[in-house]
Amino acid sequence: MRYAETGYNLEIDLTTGNIERVETDPREVEIHLGGQGTAAKMLWHRVGPEVEPFSEKNLLVFSAGLLHGTPVPSATRTSVDTFSAQTGMYSHSLFGGFWGPELKQAGYDKIIFRGRSPKLVYLYINNDKVELRDASHLAGKGTLETAECLKEELGDLKTQVVAIGLAGENRVYMASMEHYNSSASRGVGHIMGDKRLKAIAVRGTKDLYVARPEELYDICTKQYKKIYDQGSSVMTHSHNERWHTDVFAWGFARERRRGFWNKELEEEWKAVTDSVFVRFNGCFNCPIDCHAAIQVPGQRPYIYKCYGKLTYAMAAYKDVKFNYEMLAVTTEYGLDSFSTPQVLAFAVELYDAGILTDKDLPNFPKDSGERFFYLVEKIVRRDGVGDALANGVYHAARQIGKGAEQFDHNTTKKFEQVPLKLGALNYPYFLMTATGAKMNITQIEGSFPQNPIPDPKRRKAFVDKWEAAPQRFKDYYMAWEPKTQPTIEAAVNIADWNETMHYIDDSVGICAFVSAFKGQFDKSSYHINNYPSFISPATGIDFTQEKLWEIARRNRTLIRAMNNRRGLRRKDDRPPEDHWKQRIPDVEQHLLDEFYKFKGWNREGIPTKEELYRLGLDYVADDLIARGILKEEESFEKEAVAVKEEKK
Amino acid sequence: MASEVAEKKVIKTIKIDPSLCIGCRACEVACSAFHATPRYSSTNPARSRITVVMDEFHDVYVPIRAGYYTPAECSGRNVYTIDEKEYKECNFCGASCPARDYFKEPDSGLPLKCDMCLDDPPLEEPMCVQVCRCDALTYVEKEVDVEPEAGPEELELGLESLVKKHGLKKIMETVAQMKLDKES
Repeated sequence: MRYAETGYNLEIDLTTGNIERVETDPREVEIHLGGQGTAAKMLWHRVGPEVEPFSEKNLLVFSAGLLHGTPVPSATRTSVDTFSAQTGMYSHSLFGGFWGPELKQAGYDKIIFRGRSPKLVYLYINNDKVELRDASHLAGKGTLETAECLKEELGDLKTQVVAIGLAGENRVYMASMEHYNSSASRGVGHIMGDKRLKAIAVRGTKDLYVARPEELYDICTKQYKKIYDQGSSVMTHSHNERWHTDVFAWGFARERRRGFWNKELEEEWKAVTDSVFVRFNGCFNCPIDCHAAIQVPGQRPYIYKCYGKLTYAMAAYKDVKFNYEMLAVTTEYGLDSFSTPQVLAFAVELYDAGILTDKDLPNFPKDSGERFFYLVEKIVRRDGVGDALANGVYHAARQIGKGAEQFDHNTTKKFEQVPLKLGALNYPYFLMTATGAKMNITQIEGSFPQNPIPDPKRRKAFVDKWEAAPQRFKDYYMAWEPKTQPTIEAAVNIADWNETMHYIDDSVGICAFVSAFKGQFDKSSYHINNYPSFISPATGIDFTQEKLWEIARRNRTLIRAMNNRRGLRRKDDRPPEDHWKQRIPDVEQHLLDEFYKFKGWNREGIPTKEELYRLGLDYVADDLIARGILKEEESFEKEAVAVKEEKK
Repeated sequence: MASEVAEKKVIKTIKIDPSLCIGCRACEVACSAFHATPRYSSTNPARSRITVVMDEFHDVYVPIRAGYYTPAECSGRNVYTIDEKEYKECNFCGASCPARDYFKEPDSGLPLKCDMCLDDPPLEEPMCVQVCRCDALTYVEKEVDVEPEAGPEELELGLESLVKKHGLKKIMETVAQMKLDKES
């Protein structure tokens, strides 16, 4: 008997059309939990470093979380894992809604795609019935439009669909997969397109069992209330945009506009929102309504969340009305609302600098908003210069040449970063931005506050009721004075804790918005202290805080090694050059040294044999050694001694 | 006549306000968990006795509770326009009906019906209401008419048909026996 998980994966070979239902090893839960963790192990074993992302050998893995389909509230995030053609590295994204729980209800934990379909297809799952079906009638259709068509044609509104749009079909690197109110982006949509897989439609009506029902249900009932009380408080519910418009950079991540926001604007933008707003909604079994359904007259309806409300507006120096109209278009095309605005603003800069001309962009409009709409059409069709731009800023800059490379200022590891241009270097954020493996800072931050509360008394009051934090983080926070940096030791621990929580969330499928991202506000309903009390009764395996922390470390280390095997080294661990105005090179290197040491990595940022063996990843160590990436007896200290001797 | 004055009594029921629904389907999870055997051992929204009929493309989010089983699809094809939005009649219907696959045990196909979470001791509120934090579902008291007892004409009609079938003597004997049983 398997609890919380179904114990079965679907293996789909798109080249041959072969479909298999494969039983999984129950011991994996104790080693990797599930979701992103078990997907990472699969990718390590089955996709070698020689495999090109655009090839039949690359895998595209959809993983429901370990807790999906159990009564545990807010377990909604499906993990999508593959290798990205944009970065050449491991790529990972998540989407919420209903899809993951529905997959579990159909009797599967994961779907693993390999190969490439000879023609556009969609996968239909209805419990035991699993079929690859022709999708030629869906070619070129929008993401949500595809979902609507499939629900209609399958005659069941409860079928859950995830689909790519034209961007994904044309392997645009910024392509997303869209499902209901949520999207997976960050370099997974173009792989789905490469595999000629338009959509996955899932319907499941099977039971999913938990190990200790009464105990689990009791704690879940209380958790509903807690999550609800801790509230939604995200951008969809607020009309005050001061924080984002002040802190984030406008245009092509170029300048901050402090003082931009005012009361009149708030009223003006609120009136716009009121005119297109339909209702708030939520994801499966989650009592908070973070998402807003939008209907712009004459456009297709969509549902958005968070900063997507402003990313296009700020990149184009426009307003919220423009953003709502843009989202209606880009959601259907299936474009990531973080990276796409930057690529568009980058193209506008190139045009203004004379690098792109009227020959590249015939009849290019004058208005920045119209320019964005114009460029999107070119990019999703890979039309003309849109073909280069569809490869993201890093590659487009090099393909276009003529000095365009100089404009690539906001990427890390070839991937567009959040448009932040800040002053003084922030130690933990330096580490996270430089070393993170989830592409975007928002995916690894959130447990530790970004600033200390100035008044020590209020800081103490915060710490006293701070549920999510283990004791040492309370101490770090108390000792952190305004306008100073936490100590190196604290910074290393904070960066580690921040990402550790996400690695747990993304393996069990809990949304970071009720967990990892909310620790900093003391509003995380899930945290390292209470996670075992949910995971243990659901699975029947006794987890402790220490065990969960260790699993997260194992998953993180495995992913690091996977990227190391593809060439990732210390030199790549750096933020965008102008992310902070004041850089301190020697402190940065010191921070990296200490972080690597803490993580059990060597000076090059590769996990050591000792650490890998300790984590039970001996097969990883052996492979790295066989490939000459890692030496047999290597540790951070031994190398340090060697370096010193060399210097002498 | 006294019997024509409608009598009232207070019952508790689940009030549904679709405008407050956020479509999270927590009600389905809670219902299916409560009615699992052993209790809470499994979840399966397809076994829930409440379901949220959802069509996000037309802003339809309507929780409906499982009502009576009906062997045949009804002919209702009305479309309701509420607040400029159109809803099909089925959106509000709680019947376990051949037209849809709602409210049927997925394994056996047998109809499901809401029992307001009948339990001993009784629940304070049905499970779906407990988890509905957005108050689309609330447990309210409602005054309803007590059905008047069958009038004499109806009783006569019924008796006549019984007499026709069994004969007057047999009926008299049965009534006498019933009287004895009740007294003993």
